[in-house]
Amino acid sequence: MSETVPVKDGPGVIQPVTQATLVKKAAPKSDYKPADVSPQRRVQRSFAVRLWSIRHSRLLEWFYSRFADMFLLLHPLWKGIGYGRVEAPIKFVEKRVKGFMFDCRMCGQCVLSSTGMSCPMNCPKQLRNGPCGGVRANGNCEVEPDMPCVWVKAWEGSQNMVHGDKILDVQKPVDQSLRETSAWLRVTAQAATAREAAQAPKTGASA
Amino acid sequence: MIAHQRDENPAGIHLPLDPLPGHSSRGRLERVLRRGEFAVTTELNPPDSADPEDVYNRAKIFDGWVDAINAVDASGANCHMSSVGICALLTRMGYAPIMQIACRDKNRIAIQGDVLGGAAMGVANMLCLTGDGVQAGDQPGAKPVFDLDSMSLLETCRIMRDNGKFLSGRKLTTPPQIFLGAAVNPFAPPFDFRPIHLGKKIAAGAQFVQTQYCFDVPMFKNFMQKARDLGHTEKVFTLCGVGPLASAKTAKWIRNNVPGIHIPDAIIKRLEGAQDQKKEGKQLCIDIINEVKEIPGISGVHVMAYRQEEYVAEIVDESGVLKGRQPWKREIRRDDQMVADRLGHILHDEITETQVDMVKTAH
Repeated sequence: MSETVPVKDGPGVIQPVTQATLVKKAAPKSDYKPADVSPQRRVQRSFAVRLWSIRHSRLLEWFYSRFADMFLLLHPLWKGIGYGRVEAPIKFVEKRVKGFMFDCRMCGQCVLSSTGMSCPMNCPKQLRNGPCGGVRANGNCEVEPDMPCVWVKAWEGSQNMVHGDKILDVQKPVDQSLRETSAWLRVTAQAATAREAAQAPKTGASA
Repeated sequence: MIAHQRDENPAGIHLPLDPLPGHSSRGRLERVLRRGEFAVTTELNPPDSADPEDVYNRAKIFDGWVDAINAVDASGANCHMSSVGICALLTRMGYAPIMQIACRDKNRIAIQGDVLGGAAMGVANMLCLTGDGVQAGDQPGAKPVFDLDSMSLLETCRIMRDNGKFLSGRKLTTPPQIFLGAAVNPFAPPFDFRPIHLGKKIAAGAQFVQTQYCFDVPMFKNFMQKARDLGHTEKVFTLCGVGPLASAKTAKWIRNNVPGIHIPDAIIKRLEGAQDQKKEGKQLCIDIINEVKEIPGISGVHVMAYRQEEYVAEIVDESGVLKGRQPWKREIRRDDQMVADRLGHILHDEITETQVDMVKTAH
């Protein structure tokens, strides 16, 4: 909702001004003025690769499902070495690969395949369930006016995907205790447990 | 016997109403909506003060014209009295507040505590919002929390109410009885996702939704058509957001500076062409209400008249949406009046009684 403060701007003319503008005007003047962007955005200045990944969401979806299968095949290896011990090198690779492709923030609970290959943690509000009401008419973010809304892109990306309707799932709140952990290993370990649970009754019946 | 109004607890206006079958809250707004009456809600401009009278005076001008009052949670990321505080004051006086909860300032621990506290004070309606970014407000240096988002907040409240549990799974001894609301903005991209997004909010627990300011009725009709096709309108009460524009200049400013509000050129032309722009803005709001109330699936309007709150009553009256019905109005009850008549002198007469004086007058 709009929050305006009428300020006298000449005789009888009331010019609405936001509180934020007043705060900015009152800030002390100095030579060094960092750009008016969020710290998150300051780290990441270009979106070209991120947008390429979203345009090729179908390819990446296909690739990831093969990749996840391969990781699951290697489950005995991970288990043999110990998940705790492989975590550091895997995380090192995961962070850089996903960081380059999707501007990954290492939340440790990847939902890229449910969000059209657009990382929702890049949203300044970190929304994981769809866009807020502030998306600009040109489809850009309300907080970062030059960044395309993560969720506008997510919707476009999911349209190309085979299992794009996963965008309709209501996502649980982010578990902050999983930050900076490997989502690949977690998904693999969970899939292995699920596979074992599915196989257990079968072997029980045959024995 | 003291005559009391419909939707009022005879034992006291501040007490919750009797539970009804199929109702999830004990509040007035849910009763009005479930009866199929056209509901009117509005927004209270939160005071920048610690004086309860400021809240009471601002609520008073809506008396008898609205079914519920939104208590905003630092809208636009500007500091004001908290929504919990406003709700505490409003429920004391018998008003039906809609407690807004924004995810910007509180994490899941604080939010779940506020839901319980609000429900205990008699707040029957809660509106789950994401909230504006801190960059929009008067404290751009604040830490944005956004621990939950509007969807997971809705789900959290629903779990607390229906399963009687915290998000962690710990049991509640008495779950909150609340009517859950959400906000939708049909006027921002991605347009084809918005009706589906509404479906997601319903799945997460939304029972009523309030929309962003509607100035583009054809666009809204299109949205409602899609929502009807998906079967959403049968599961949720939709209140269309409307409000008067003060002038063409304000409208242009809002369009350029407030994200998420879509104002078509035709509206600005109409305001520019008017003699009295403020009056025209009010008339425009009434015209929009008259158009949207005919859209199938609309259960009410949410009148947001920021800094023009005195117009809410006129807008509701002139649009005739209440069809002669009078929403609950705070009245002095006969027993209160009796006390005021007999003992008012204690408050109003300037007598300073000391024990010494009392002894003197007794002799």
